[in-house]
Amino acid sequence: MADGLALHQVGVRFGGLTALDDVSLTVGPGEVVGVIGPNGAGKTTLFNVVCGFVTAHTGTLTLDGRPLRPRPHRLTRLGIARTLQGTGLFAGLTVLENVMAGASHTARSGLLPALLGLPRSDRDERRLREHARAVLADLDITAYADAAPGTLPFAIRQRVALARALAARPRLLLLDEPAGGLGADDVDTLAELIRQLPHRATDPCAVLLVEHHMDLVMAVCDRIVVLDFGRVVATGSPEAVREDPAVVDAYLGAAVDEAA
Amino acid sequence: MDRFLFLTLDGLSRGAVYAAFALALVLIWRAGRIVNFAQGAMAVAAAYVAYSVTAATGSYWLGFAAALLAGLLLGAIVDVAVMRLVDHRSPLNPVIVALGLVLLIQAVLGMVYGNEYLPAQTPFSRTALTVGGTAVLSPYDLFVFATVGVVGAALVWVFTRTAIGLRMRAAAFAPEVSRLLGVNVGGMLTLGWALASGVGALAAMLVIPTGLGLHPHAMDLVFVSAFTAAVLGGLDSPPGAVVGGLGVGLLLSYVSGYAGGDLIPLAVLALLLTVLLLRPGGLFAPVTARRV
Repeated sequence: MADGLALHQVGVRFGGLTALDDVSLTVGPGEVVGVIGPNGAGKTTLFNVVCGFVTAHTGTLTLDGRPLRPRPHRLTRLGIARTLQGTGLFAGLTVLENVMAGASHTARSGLLPALLGLPRSDRDERRLREHARAVLADLDITAYADAAPGTLPFAIRQRVALARALAARPRLLLLDEPAGGLGADDVDTLAELIRQLPHRATDPCAVLLVEHHMDLVMAVCDRIVVLDFGRVVATGSPEAVREDPAVVDAYLGAAVDEAA
Repeated sequence: MDRFLFLTLDGLSRGAVYAAFALALVLIWRAGRIVNFAQGAMAVAAAYVAYSVTAATGSYWLGFAAALLAGLLLGAIVDVAVMRLVDHRSPLNPVIVALGLVLLIQAVLGMVYGNEYLPAQTPFSRTALTVGGTAVLSPYDLFVFATVGVVGAALVWVFTRTAIGLRMRAAAFAPEVSRLLGVNVGGMLTLGWALASGVGALAAMLVIPTGLGLHPHAMDLVFVSAFTAAVLGGLDSPPGAVVGGLGVGLLLSYVSGYAGGDLIPLAVLALLLTVLLLRPGGLFAPVTARRV
Protein backbone atom coordinates (compact mmCIF):
# COMPACT_ATOMS: atom_id res chain seq x y z
CA MET A 1 0.00 0.00 0.00
CA ALA A 2 1.05 3.58 -0.57
CA ASP A 3 3.29 5.51 1.79
CA GLY A 4 1.94 8.54 3.59
CA LEU A 5 -1.51 9.27 4.91
CA ALA A 6 -4.60 7.77 3.29
CA LEU A 7 -8.28 8.12 4.13
CA HIS A 8 -10.60 5.47 2.70
CA GLN A 9 -14.29 6.31 2.46
CA VAL A 10 -14.37 8.15 5.75
CA GLY A 11 -17.76 9.21 7.09
CA VAL A 12 -18.60 11.35 10.12
CA ARG A 13 -22.03 12.22 11.45
CA PHE A 14 -22.95 14.65 14.19
CA GLY A 15 -26.44 13.57 15.21
CA GLY A 16 -28.47 13.80 12.01
CA LEU A 17 -25.92 15.96 10.24
CA THR A 18 -23.49 14.28 7.88
CA ALA A 19 -20.22 16.19 8.21
CA LEU A 20 -18.13 13.89 6.05
CA ASP A 21 -19.50 11.37 3.58
CA ASP A 22 -17.38 8.77 1.83
CA VAL A 23 -14.25 10.92 1.77
CA SER A 24 -11.10 9.35 0.37
CA LEU A 25 -7.80 11.12 -0.09
CA THR A 26 -4.07 10.48 0.10
CA VAL A 27 -1.06 12.56 0.98
CA GLY A 28 2.14 10.90 -0.18
CA PRO A 29 5.66 11.78 0.95
CA GLY A 30 6.83 15.04 -0.60
CA GLU A 31 3.33 16.10 -1.59
CA VAL A 32 1.46 19.28 -0.80
CA VAL A 33 -2.26 18.54 -0.87
CA GLY A 34 -4.87 21.24 -0.44
CA VAL A 35 -8.40 20.83 0.83
CA ILE A 36 -10.80 23.57 -0.21
CA GLY A 37 -14.53 24.07 -0.05
CA PRO A 38 -17.18 26.48 1.18
CA ASN A 39 -17.74 27.08 4.89
CA GLY A 40 -19.26 24.04 6.52
CA ALA A 41 -18.03 21.72 3.76
CA GLY A 42 -16.25 19.56 6.35
CA LYS A 43 -12.66 20.77 6.02
CA THR A 44 -12.05 21.24 9.72
CA THR A 45 -13.88 17.99 10.53
CA LEU A 46 -11.50 16.26 8.15
CA PHE A 47 -8.52 17.61 10.13
CA ASN A 48 -10.17 16.65 13.39
CA VAL A 49 -10.58 13.07 12.16
CA VAL A 50 -6.88 12.86 11.29
CA CYS A 51 -5.98 14.33 14.71
CA GLY A 52 -8.32 12.07 16.65
CA PHE A 53 -10.52 14.86 18.05
CA VAL A 54 -13.37 13.32 16.06
CA THR A 55 -13.82 9.60 15.40
CA ALA A 56 -14.84 8.43 11.96
CA HIS A 57 -18.05 6.40 12.01
CA THR A 58 -17.27 4.65 8.75
CA GLY A 59 -14.15 4.15 6.69
CA THR A 60 -10.49 3.70 7.65
CA LEU A 61 -7.31 5.72 7.95
CA THR A 62 -3.86 4.40 7.20
CA LEU A 63 -0.40 5.83 7.74
CA ASP A 64 2.31 4.24 5.60
CA GLY A 65 -0.08 1.38 4.94
CA ARG A 66 -0.68 0.65 8.62
CA PRO A 67 -4.10 1.27 10.16
CA LEU A 68 -4.21 4.59 11.96
CA ARG A 69 -6.37 5.11 15.00
CA PRO A 70 -5.40 8.65 15.85
CA ARG A 71 -5.45 10.09 19.33
CA PRO A 72 -4.44 13.72 19.86
CA HIS A 73 -1.61 13.16 22.31
CA ARG A 74 -0.07 10.34 20.22
CA LEU A 75 -0.08 12.40 17.04
CA THR A 76 3.41 13.89 17.23
CA ARG A 77 4.87 10.46 17.96
CA LEU A 78 3.32 9.23 14.71
CA GLY A 79 5.12 12.03 12.88
CA ILE A 80 2.08 14.24 12.35
CA ALA A 81 1.91 17.86 13.52
CA ARG A 82 -0.91 20.34 13.19
CA THR A 83 -1.26 24.09 13.35
CA LEU A 84 -4.50 25.60 14.56
CA GLN A 85 -6.68 28.35 13.21
CA GLY A 86 -5.68 31.58 14.96
CA THR A 87 -2.29 30.16 16.03
CA GLY A 88 -3.26 28.69 19.46
CA LEU A 89 0.06 29.76 20.98
CA PHE A 90 0.62 29.54 24.73
CA ALA A 91 0.13 33.13 25.89
CA GLY A 92 2.07 32.57 29.12
CA LEU A 93 5.20 31.13 27.48
CA THR A 94 7.85 32.94 25.46
CA VAL A 95 8.21 32.30 21.73
CA LEU A 96 11.18 30.03 22.37
CA GLU A 97 9.31 28.08 25.06
CA ASN A 98 6.34 27.69 22.74
CA VAL A 99 8.57 26.13 20.10
CA MET A 100 10.31 23.98 22.74
CA ALA A 101 6.90 22.74 23.85
CA GLY A 102 6.33 21.60 20.26
CA ALA A 103 9.20 19.15 20.57
CA SER A 104 8.79 18.34 24.25
CA HIS A 105 7.44 14.85 23.54
CA THR A 106 11.01 13.91 22.61
CA ALA A 107 12.22 14.68 26.13
CA ARG A 108 12.94 11.44 27.92
CA SER A 109 13.61 12.26 31.53
CA GLY A 110 10.80 12.38 34.07
CA LEU A 111 10.10 14.39 37.17
CA LEU A 112 12.64 12.87 39.51
CA PRO A 113 15.70 13.68 37.38
CA ALA A 114 14.20 17.15 36.92
CA LEU A 115 13.72 17.68 40.66
CA LEU A 116 17.20 16.41 41.45
CA GLY A 117 18.74 18.46 38.66
CA LEU A 118 20.35 15.35 37.18
CA PRO A 119 22.49 15.72 34.03
CA ARG A 120 19.94 13.71 32.05
CA SER A 121 17.30 16.36 32.66
CA ASP A 122 19.76 19.14 31.82
CA ARG A 123 20.75 17.45 28.57
CA ASP A 124 17.10 17.06 27.61
CA GLU A 125 16.41 20.70 28.29
CA ARG A 126 19.50 21.93 26.48
CA ARG A 127 18.76 19.77 23.46
CA LEU A 128 15.18 21.06 23.29
CA ARG A 129 16.38 24.65 23.62
CA GLU A 130 18.98 24.25 20.86
CA HIS A 131 16.55 22.48 18.56
CA ALA A 132 13.95 25.21 19.10
CA ARG A 133 16.54 27.90 18.39
CA ALA A 134 17.48 26.14 15.15
CA VAL A 135 13.84 26.03 14.05
CA LEU A 136 13.41 29.71 14.88
CA ALA A 137 16.52 30.49 12.83
CA ASP A 138 15.16 28.44 9.91
CA LEU A 139 12.04 30.56 9.86
CA ASP A 140 13.90 33.85 10.43
CA ILE A 141 12.21 34.64 13.72
CA THR A 142 15.17 34.27 16.08
CA ALA A 143 14.81 37.93 17.02
CA TYR A 144 11.51 37.21 18.76
CA ALA A 145 12.74 34.24 20.83
CA ASP A 146 12.22 35.86 24.22
CA ALA A 147 9.08 37.84 23.37
CA ALA A 148 5.60 36.98 24.63
CA PRO A 149 3.46 35.85 21.66
CA GLY A 150 0.71 38.31 22.55
CA THR A 151 2.96 41.29 21.86
CA LEU A 152 3.85 40.22 18.30
CA PRO A 153 2.22 41.09 14.97
CA PHE A 154 -0.15 38.43 13.68
CA ALA A 155 2.08 37.38 10.78
CA ILE A 156 4.93 36.65 13.21
CA ARG A 157 2.62 34.73 15.51
CA GLN A 158 1.52 32.58 12.58
CA ARG A 159 5.16 31.88 11.87
CA VAL A 160 5.79 30.94 15.50
CA ALA A 161 2.86 28.54 15.35
CA LEU A 162 4.41 27.00 12.23
CA ALA A 163 7.76 26.78 14.00
CA ARG A 164 6.12 25.03 16.94
CA ALA A 165 4.56 22.45 14.63
CA LEU A 166 7.84 21.94 12.73
CA ALA A 167 9.77 21.54 15.98
CA ALA A 168 8.08 18.15 16.36
CA ARG A 169 9.93 17.04 13.18
CA PRO A 170 6.73 15.83 11.51
CA ARG A 171 6.67 13.79 8.33
CA LEU A 172 3.21 15.20 7.69
CA LEU A 173 2.19 18.72 8.58
CA LEU A 174 -1.47 19.70 8.80
CA LEU A 175 -1.93 23.41 8.20
CA ASP A 176 -5.30 24.82 9.24
CA GLU A 177 -5.87 28.12 7.40
CA PRO A 178 -2.30 29.40 7.78
CA ALA A 179 -3.04 32.46 5.60
CA GLY A 180 -6.02 33.56 7.69
CA GLY A 181 -5.56 37.21 8.63
CA LEU A 182 -2.35 37.68 6.63
CA GLY A 183 -1.60 40.52 4.20
CA ALA A 184 -0.68 39.85 0.55
CA ASP A 185 3.09 40.10 1.12
CA ASP A 186 2.94 37.76 4.06
CA VAL A 187 0.92 35.25 2.03
CA ASP A 188 3.63 35.25 -0.67
CA THR A 189 6.33 34.56 1.92
CA LEU A 190 4.20 31.81 3.43
CA ALA A 191 3.64 30.22 0.02
CA GLU A 192 7.37 30.16 -0.61
CA LEU A 193 7.87 28.52 2.80
CA ILE A 194 5.22 25.84 2.29
CA ARG A 195 6.56 24.95 -1.14
CA GLN A 196 9.99 24.31 0.38
CA LEU A 197 8.80 22.10 3.24
CA PRO A 198 8.73 18.76 1.34
CA HIS A 199 12.14 19.45 -0.21
CA ARG A 200 14.12 20.63 2.79
CA ALA A 201 17.45 18.96 3.45
CA THR A 202 16.57 18.31 7.11
CA ASP A 203 13.21 17.03 8.27
CA PRO A 204 11.30 17.30 4.98
CA CYS A 205 7.56 16.88 5.42
CA ALA A 206 4.44 16.44 3.34
CA VAL A 207 1.71 19.03 3.81
CA LEU A 208 -2.07 18.79 4.05
CA LEU A 209 -3.45 22.29 3.79
CA VAL A 210 -6.93 23.59 4.55
CA GLU A 211 -7.25 27.13 3.27
CA HIS A 212 -9.75 29.68 1.99
CA HIS A 213 -7.08 31.78 0.34
CA MET A 214 -7.33 30.56 -3.27
CA ASP A 215 -4.12 32.19 -4.53
CA LEU A 216 -2.15 30.40 -1.83
CA VAL A 217 -3.77 27.04 -2.51
CA MET A 218 -3.26 27.31 -6.25
CA ALA A 219 0.35 28.43 -5.78
CA VAL A 220 1.57 25.70 -3.44
CA CYS A 221 -0.50 22.55 -3.95
CA ASP A 222 0.44 19.55 -6.08
CA ARG A 223 -3.09 18.26 -5.75
CA ILE A 224 -6.35 19.77 -4.56
CA VAL A 225 -9.36 18.04 -3.03
CA VAL A 226 -12.62 19.96 -3.15
CA LEU A 227 -15.22 19.28 -0.48
CA ASP A 228 -18.84 20.34 -0.57
CA PHE A 229 -21.45 19.26 1.98
CA GLY A 230 -18.99 16.69 3.31
CA ARG A 231 -18.41 15.00 -0.06
CA VAL A 232 -15.42 15.10 -2.38
CA VAL A 233 -16.75 16.83 -5.50
CA ALA A 234 -13.46 17.12 -7.35
CA THR A 235 -9.82 16.21 -7.02
CA GLY A 236 -6.83 16.92 -9.22
CA SER A 237 -4.13 19.41 -10.12
CA PRO A 238 -4.78 23.11 -9.42
CA GLU A 239 -5.36 23.75 -13.14
CA ALA A 240 -7.84 20.89 -13.50
CA VAL A 241 -9.74 21.82 -10.35
CA ARG A 242 -9.99 25.46 -11.36
CA GLU A 243 -11.85 24.47 -14.56
CA ASP A 244 -14.04 21.78 -12.95
CA PRO A 245 -17.74 22.62 -13.30
CA ALA A 246 -18.57 20.96 -9.94
CA VAL A 247 -16.13 23.27 -8.21
CA VAL A 248 -17.47 26.38 -9.85
CA ASP A 249 -20.91 25.15 -8.82
CA ALA A 250 -19.96 24.59 -5.19
CA TYR A 251 -18.45 28.03 -4.88
CA LEU A 252 -21.20 29.82 -6.81
CA GLY A 253 -23.79 27.94 -4.80
CA ALA A 254 -22.17 29.01 -1.56
CA ALA A 255 -22.02 32.59 -2.76
CA VAL A 256 -25.73 32.56 -3.59
CA ASP A 257 -26.56 30.98 -0.20
CA GLU A 258 -24.61 33.66 1.64
CA ALA A 259 -26.28 36.42 -0.37
CA ALA A 260 -29.74 35.05 0.34
CA MET B 1 13.09 47.36 70.12
CA ASP B 2 14.39 43.90 71.04
CA ARG B 3 10.86 42.67 71.13
CA PHE B 4 10.14 44.13 67.71
CA LEU B 5 13.20 42.42 66.25
CA PHE B 6 12.20 39.12 67.84
CA LEU B 7 8.63 39.36 66.58
CA THR B 8 9.87 40.25 63.09
CA LEU B 9 12.19 37.28 62.87
CA ASP B 10 9.62 34.96 64.38
CA GLY B 11 7.02 36.30 61.93
CA LEU B 12 9.33 35.70 58.98
CA SER B 13 9.92 32.12 60.12
CA ARG B 14 6.16 31.50 60.36
CA GLY B 15 5.71 33.42 57.12
CA ALA B 16 8.14 31.11 55.32
CA VAL B 17 5.84 28.19 56.12
CA TYR B 18 2.77 30.14 55.03
CA ALA B 19 4.64 30.99 51.85
CA ALA B 20 5.31 27.30 51.14
CA PHE B 21 1.70 26.38 51.85
CA ALA B 22 0.41 29.27 49.74
CA LEU B 23 2.77 28.18 46.97
CA ALA B 24 1.13 24.75 47.03
CA LEU B 25 -2.29 26.38 46.64
CA VAL B 26 -1.01 28.47 43.73
CA LEU B 27 0.47 25.39 42.03
CA ILE B 28 -2.90 23.63 41.93
CA TRP B 29 -4.74 26.80 41.00
CA ARG B 30 -2.43 27.35 38.03
CA ALA B 31 -2.56 23.73 36.94
CA GLY B 32 -6.29 23.13 37.17
CA ARG B 33 -8.11 26.30 38.28
CA ILE B 34 -9.11 24.68 41.56
CA VAL B 35 -8.56 26.13 45.04
CA ASN B 36 -7.67 23.04 47.00
CA PHE B 37 -9.53 23.58 50.26
CA ALA B 38 -8.54 20.07 51.32
CA GLN B 39 -4.85 20.92 51.33
CA GLY B 40 -4.69 21.46 55.09
CA ALA B 41 -6.29 18.12 55.86
CA MET B 42 -4.15 16.34 53.24
CA ALA B 43 -1.00 17.86 54.77
CA VAL B 44 -2.06 16.77 58.27
CA ALA B 45 -2.59 13.24 56.99
CA ALA B 46 0.99 13.25 55.68
CA ALA B 47 2.20 14.54 59.07
CA TYR B 48 0.44 11.61 60.77
CA VAL B 49 2.29 9.25 58.44
CA ALA B 50 5.51 10.87 59.63
CA TYR B 51 4.38 10.41 63.25
CA SER B 52 3.79 6.68 62.68
CA VAL B 53 7.06 6.16 60.85
CA THR B 54 9.03 8.09 63.47
CA ALA B 55 7.31 6.16 66.27
CA ALA B 56 8.16 2.85 64.57
CA THR B 57 11.75 3.63 63.59
CA GLY B 58 12.78 6.26 66.12
CA SER B 59 14.15 8.45 63.32
CA TYR B 60 12.80 11.94 62.75
CA TRP B 61 14.30 12.07 59.26
CA LEU B 62 12.72 8.80 58.09
CA GLY B 63 9.39 10.22 59.24
CA PHE B 64 10.16 13.47 57.42
CA ALA B 65 10.89 11.64 54.18
CA ALA B 66 7.79 9.48 54.62
CA ALA B 67 5.65 12.60 55.02
CA LEU B 68 6.94 14.07 51.76
CA LEU B 69 6.36 10.80 49.94
CA ALA B 70 2.90 10.43 51.47
CA GLY B 71 2.13 14.02 50.44
CA LEU B 72 3.15 13.40 46.84
CA LEU B 73 1.13 10.18 46.68
CA LEU B 74 -1.93 11.62 48.36
CA GLY B 75 -1.95 14.53 45.91
CA ALA B 76 -1.80 12.18 42.94
CA ILE B 77 -4.52 9.97 44.41
CA VAL B 78 -6.85 12.90 45.15
CA ASP B 79 -6.48 14.10 41.57
CA VAL B 80 -6.93 10.74 39.87
CA ALA B 81 -9.53 9.19 42.17
CA VAL B 82 -11.55 12.26 43.16
CA MET B 83 -11.02 15.53 41.29
CA ARG B 84 -10.84 13.93 37.83
CA LEU B 85 -14.33 12.54 38.34
CA VAL B 86 -15.84 15.88 39.36
CA ASP B 87 -17.75 17.92 36.80
CA HIS B 88 -15.67 21.10 36.51
CA ARG B 89 -18.19 23.15 34.55
CA SER B 90 -19.31 24.87 37.73
CA PRO B 91 -16.33 26.10 39.77
CA LEU B 92 -18.33 25.38 42.92
CA ASN B 93 -18.30 21.58 42.40
CA PRO B 94 -14.59 20.96 43.11
CA VAL B 95 -14.82 23.33 46.10
CA ILE B 96 -17.66 21.34 47.65
CA VAL B 97 -15.87 18.07 46.93
CA ALA B 98 -12.68 19.43 48.53
CA LEU B 99 -14.60 20.47 51.63
CA GLY B 100 -16.11 16.99 51.79
CA LEU B 101 -12.62 15.58 51.55
CA VAL B 102 -11.60 17.69 54.56
CA LEU B 103 -14.37 16.15 56.67
CA LEU B 104 -13.52 12.66 55.46
CA ILE B 105 -9.77 12.92 56.07
CA GLN B 106 -10.18 14.54 59.50
CA ALA B 107 -12.74 11.94 60.56
CA VAL B 108 -10.52 9.05 59.45
CA LEU B 109 -7.48 10.56 61.20
CA GLY B 110 -9.55 11.02 64.36
CA MET B 111 -10.67 7.39 64.21
CA VAL B 112 -7.17 6.03 63.66
CA TYR B 113 -5.08 8.32 65.86
CA GLY B 114 -7.65 9.81 68.24
CA ASN B 115 -8.65 13.44 68.59
CA GLU B 116 -5.99 14.36 71.16
CA TYR B 117 -2.90 16.42 70.55
CA LEU B 118 0.08 14.17 69.91
CA PRO B 119 3.58 15.49 70.58
CA ALA B 120 5.47 16.56 67.46
CA GLN B 121 9.25 16.54 67.53
CA THR B 122 11.65 19.00 65.99
CA PRO B 123 15.03 17.93 64.63
CA PHE B 124 16.70 21.07 66.01
CA SER B 125 16.35 23.13 69.16
CA ARG B 126 13.62 25.74 69.22
CA THR B 127 15.40 27.79 71.83
CA ALA B 128 16.35 31.10 70.30
CA LEU B 129 20.03 31.91 70.10
CA THR B 130 20.96 35.18 71.69
CA VAL B 131 23.23 37.64 69.98
CA GLY B 132 24.52 40.36 72.28
CA GLY B 133 21.78 39.72 74.80
CA THR B 134 19.00 39.86 72.18
CA ALA B 135 16.99 36.73 71.43
CA VAL B 136 17.01 36.11 67.68
CA LEU B 137 16.42 33.00 65.57
CA SER B 138 16.44 29.46 66.88
CA PRO B 139 18.30 26.69 65.01
CA TYR B 140 14.88 25.35 64.06
CA ASP B 141 13.93 28.69 62.49
CA LEU B 142 17.07 28.52 60.39
CA PHE B 143 16.11 24.99 59.33
CA VAL B 144 12.67 26.27 58.29
CA PHE B 145 14.15 29.11 56.22
CA ALA B 146 16.66 26.81 54.55
CA THR B 147 14.07 24.14 53.73
CA VAL B 148 11.52 26.56 52.30
CA GLY B 149 14.29 28.30 50.35
CA VAL B 150 15.55 25.05 48.83
CA VAL B 151 12.05 23.88 47.92
CA GLY B 152 11.16 27.24 46.37
CA ALA B 153 14.34 27.25 44.32
CA ALA B 154 13.74 23.64 43.23
CA LEU B 155 10.23 24.51 42.04
CA VAL B 156 11.49 27.52 40.09
CA TRP B 157 14.16 25.30 38.55
CA VAL B 158 11.71 22.57 37.54
CA PHE B 159 9.18 24.94 36.01
CA THR B 160 11.56 27.20 34.09
CA ARG B 161 14.53 24.99 33.32
CA THR B 162 13.28 21.49 32.58
CA ALA B 163 11.33 19.88 29.76
CA ILE B 164 8.78 18.42 32.14
CA GLY B 165 8.21 21.82 33.75
CA LEU B 166 7.64 23.28 30.31
CA ARG B 167 5.10 20.56 29.57
CA MET B 168 3.34 21.23 32.88
CA ARG B 169 3.11 24.94 32.11
CA ALA B 170 1.95 24.28 28.55
CA ALA B 171 -0.72 21.83 29.76
CA ALA B 172 -1.98 24.41 32.25
CA PHE B 173 -2.16 27.22 29.70
CA ALA B 174 -3.92 25.36 26.87
CA PRO B 175 -4.81 21.70 27.45
CA GLU B 176 -6.18 20.96 23.96
CA VAL B 177 -3.23 22.49 22.14
CA SER B 178 -0.82 20.72 24.47
CA ARG B 179 -2.48 17.41 23.73
CA LEU B 180 -1.82 17.97 20.02
CA LEU B 181 1.83 18.58 20.83
CA GLY B 182 2.02 15.17 22.46
CA VAL B 183 1.76 16.35 26.06
CA ASN B 184 0.05 13.94 28.44
CA VAL B 185 -2.20 16.65 29.88
CA GLY B 186 -3.89 14.47 32.50
CA GLY B 187 -0.53 13.20 33.68
CA MET B 188 0.81 16.73 34.01
CA LEU B 189 -2.21 17.73 36.09
CA THR B 190 -1.69 14.75 38.39
CA LEU B 191 1.96 15.67 38.68
CA GLY B 192 0.97 19.22 39.63
CA TRP B 193 -1.32 17.88 42.37
CA ALA B 194 1.41 15.57 43.64
CA LEU B 195 4.00 18.37 43.75
CA ALA B 196 1.62 20.77 45.47
CA SER B 197 0.54 18.20 48.01
CA GLY B 198 4.18 17.30 48.67
CA VAL B 199 4.98 20.96 49.35
CA GLY B 200 1.90 21.13 51.59
CA ALA B 201 3.10 18.10 53.56
CA LEU B 202 6.48 19.74 53.97
CA ALA B 203 4.86 22.91 55.31
CA ALA B 204 2.83 20.84 57.78
CA MET B 205 5.99 19.07 58.98
CA LEU B 206 7.64 22.45 59.54
CA VAL B 207 4.76 24.24 61.26
CA ILE B 208 3.03 21.61 63.40
CA PRO B 209 5.84 21.32 65.99
CA THR B 210 5.67 25.09 66.55
CA GLY B 211 2.02 24.85 67.64
CA LEU B 212 0.21 22.68 70.15
CA GLY B 213 1.14 19.43 68.40
CA LEU B 214 -0.35 16.96 65.95
CA HIS B 215 -4.13 16.96 65.71
CA PRO B 216 -6.59 16.36 62.84
CA HIS B 217 -7.34 20.10 62.89
CA ALA B 218 -3.72 21.17 63.35
CA MET B 219 -3.53 22.84 59.92
CA ASP B 220 -6.92 24.58 59.90
CA LEU B 221 -5.68 28.01 60.95
CA VAL B 222 -2.49 27.57 58.90
CA PHE B 223 -4.64 26.84 55.87
CA VAL B 224 -6.69 29.99 56.38
CA SER B 225 -3.52 32.04 56.85
CA ALA B 226 -1.88 30.53 53.76
CA PHE B 227 -5.05 30.96 51.72
CA THR B 228 -5.06 34.62 52.76
CA ALA B 229 -1.40 34.84 51.76
CA ALA B 230 -2.15 33.29 48.35
CA VAL B 231 -5.06 35.66 47.74
CA LEU B 232 -2.96 38.59 48.94
CA GLY B 233 -0.27 37.72 46.40
CA GLY B 234 -2.75 36.84 43.68
CA LEU B 235 -3.64 33.17 43.23
CA ASP B 236 -1.85 33.09 39.88
CA SER B 237 1.48 34.35 41.09
CA PRO B 238 4.13 32.15 42.78
CA PRO B 239 6.28 35.15 43.81
CA GLY B 240 3.07 36.70 45.12
CA ALA B 241 2.46 33.64 47.29
CA VAL B 242 5.92 33.96 48.83
CA VAL B 243 5.59 37.69 49.50
CA GLY B 244 2.02 37.19 50.75
CA GLY B 245 3.13 34.36 53.04
CA LEU B 246 5.92 36.42 54.60
CA GLY B 247 3.57 39.41 54.95
CA VAL B 248 0.87 37.38 56.69
CA GLY B 249 3.50 35.79 58.96
CA LEU B 250 4.78 39.21 60.01
CA LEU B 251 1.30 40.61 60.59
CA LEU B 252 0.24 37.66 62.73
CA SER B 253 3.45 37.80 64.74
CA TYR B 254 2.93 41.50 65.52
CA VAL B 255 -0.75 40.97 66.34
CA SER B 256 0.02 38.09 68.67
CA GLY B 257 2.99 39.89 70.26
CA TYR B 258 1.42 43.30 70.81
CA ALA B 259 -2.29 42.56 71.05
CA GLY B 260 -2.52 38.93 72.17
CA GLY B 261 -2.55 35.51 70.52
CA ASP B 262 -6.31 35.22 70.79
CA LEU B 263 -6.68 37.80 68.07
CA ILE B 264 -4.80 35.82 65.39
CA PRO B 265 -7.85 34.19 63.76
CA LEU B 266 -9.63 37.54 63.76
CA ALA B 267 -6.63 39.29 62.22
CA VAL B 268 -6.35 36.67 59.44
CA LEU B 269 -10.00 36.95 58.52
CA ALA B 270 -9.92 40.76 58.67
CA LEU B 271 -6.94 40.76 56.30
CA LEU B 272 -8.61 38.28 53.95
CA LEU B 273 -11.75 40.40 53.88
CA THR B 274 -9.77 43.59 53.24
CA VAL B 275 -7.86 42.04 50.34
CA LEU B 276 -11.01 40.61 48.78
CA LEU B 277 -12.77 43.98 49.08
CA LEU B 278 -9.95 46.24 47.93
CA ARG B 279 -7.89 44.12 45.54
CA PRO B 280 -9.56 40.77 44.84
CA GLY B 281 -6.97 39.95 42.15
CA GLY B 282 -4.16 40.22 44.70
CA LEU B 283 -1.13 42.49 44.81
CA PHE B 284 0.71 40.63 42.08
CA ALA B 285 -2.20 40.06 39.72
CA PRO B 286 -1.01 40.49 36.14
CA VAL B 287 -2.65 43.34 34.28
CA THR B 288 -5.18 41.79 31.95
CA ALA B 289 -6.54 43.59 28.96
CA ARG B 290 -10.22 43.03 28.56
CA ARG B 291 -11.35 42.00 25.10
CA VAL B 292 -14.22 44.11 23.86
